Amino acid sequence: MTWNWEFAFEIFPEIASAIWLVIGITIGAYIVSLVLGLVLTFARRSSFKPLAYLTYGFIEFVRSTPPLVQLFFVYFALPAIGISLNKYAAGILTLGIHYSTYLSEVYRSGIDSVPKGQWEAARAMNFSKIQTWFRVILPQAIPPVIPMIGNYLLVLFKETPLLMAIGVGEFLQEAQLIGASNFRYLEPITIVGLLFLLLSYPSAVLINKLEQRSKLGFGTRKN
Amino acid sequence: MGMTEKQLKSSNKPDKEMPLVQYENVTKKFGDVEVLKGLDLEIKQGEKVALIGPSGSGKTTIIRMLMTLEKPSGGVISLNGEPLWHKKIGDKLVPADEKHLRKLRSDIGMVFQHFNLFPHMTILRNVTEAPIHVLGLSKEEANERAVDMLNKVGLGDKLDAYPEQLSGGQKQRVAIARAVVMHPKVMLFDEVTSALDPELVGEVLQVIRDLAKETDMAMILVTHEMDFARDIADRVVFLHNGQIEEEGHPEDIFETPESERLQGFLSRFLNT
Ligand SMILES: Nc1ncnc2c1ncn2[C@@H]1O[C@H](COP(=O)(O)OP(=O)(O)OP(=O)(O)O)[C@@H](O)[C@H]1O
Ligand SMILES: [Mg+2]
Repeated sequence: MTWNWEFAFEIFPEIASAIWLVIGITIGAYIVSLVLGLVLTFARRSSFKPLAYLTYGFIEFVRSTPPLVQLFFVYFALPAIGISLNKYAAGILTLGIHYSTYLSEVYRSGIDSVPKGQWEAARAMNFSKIQTWFRVILPQAIPPVIPMIGNYLLVLFKETPLLMAIGVGEFLQEAQLIGASNFRYLEPITIVGLLFLLLSYPSAVLINKLEQRSKLGFGTRKN
Repeated sequence: MGMTEKQLKSSNKPDKEMPLVQYENVTKKFGDVEVLKGLDLEIKQGEKVALIGPSGSGKTTIIRMLMTLEKPSGGVISLNGEPLWHKKIGDKLVPADEKHLRKLRSDIGMVFQHFNLFPHMTILRNVTEAPIHVLGLSKEEANERAVDMLNKVGLGDKLDAYPEQLSGGQKQRVAIARAVVMHPKVMLFDEVTSALDPELVGEVLQVIRDLAKETDMAMILVTHEMDFARDIADRVVFLHNGQIEEEGHPEDIFETPESERLQGFLSRFLNT
């Protein structure tokens, strides 16, 4: 079997048409993970111990079970207790929750790198707890971990083919369908790989730029 | 030596009855180690008190407990007659909640050994952030207050700089301005010159001297600068091993120390 350019050009638009769906799912799941990750970070540091332990348990549980199992659980098992989600919502939520546990770890490392003196200064200035977090701690904790946070966008993006398992028509699902009906898999699957490369590479370059920027100190940074 | 002038000034103050700050039988343990053993100490309105003593004698711990950075193990610390770490409910004292701490904390300011400026904010924002968001001043009012104070400490031309662009002495002067614009009733200084290069110590001490003369804030100064303590303090407290060994007027403490430990402590300082 040799590479057929004609066939490749013919099916390319069909596979690529999933691009908005894939981007939408990626961004949706990323936002869920960014926000939920922060919530988990706070909950884990709560002075209300049961909440802190529960959160810790949740994070460990989610991180040590495969995302595919979680996806099936959300999509196929949750309806049994009355929570029915469509496949897109289930996909976004599962990926979002899964990666929120990684992001909360990233946030935590950023927060731990803020010196104790900053907490003490915030208290001496009589900031409230919320002001301390959002005016003093997070603005120092987040910039150094922006590259890691950005990197999870790429990792998450590359995880989207997983949703094929519940019938979401992302790149791989489309390619698989085309392959099956034409008995040719070489072109469709290669195109999927190419699409991931085309989308990932510019993002990686962008994240690299961010990384350079976040290495600069506060005084030398513009704005 | 300006001493009489200051004494006059401070004896003129109204309401000399109730101490501004009062430690009653305050103890502090870290694990099994008792670092403060029943401290009794009063600071009057506007009074400048220097805390001196060997390393590990508990000076920092004393002021950190007042700043609510460290919780006492026993005893009561009061501010304006109100217990700091406790709340009165009827006759009973219960542990203070964050709301109570925040209310009382608004009368207390602190300058740290290592400045602890907010590195992600300009100098101006370091000084306006709390007035705007804690005191609720308008941006204009806060700016005016901050610029005024920064001019006073000689940094009016650094408003848009970031902390990392300043020298240690400049940073510490910003930190002083940042605390003063909150108009606390008592300011705490924890060895604020000991992290500085020797040639930068003078400028910071001068700012504190000027401040002490101009304001009626009380000050508690932990310091190893004996000339400075002598110059600025209404009273000097010498600590040893978590207890007050001797206290009094600076002249008495430095000229005619009574306890052997204080004599030893001072002679080590004068000889080095
Ligand atoms: N967080 C802590 N955990 C355990 N021990 C502590 C802690 N903070 C202070 N100590 C101990 O308490 C004692 C008093 O410390 P403190 O810092 O108040 O002394 P100091 O008089 O300020 O000394 P220095 O002149 O060295 O600053 C010391 O023995 C110190 O080791
Ligand atoms: Mg100390």
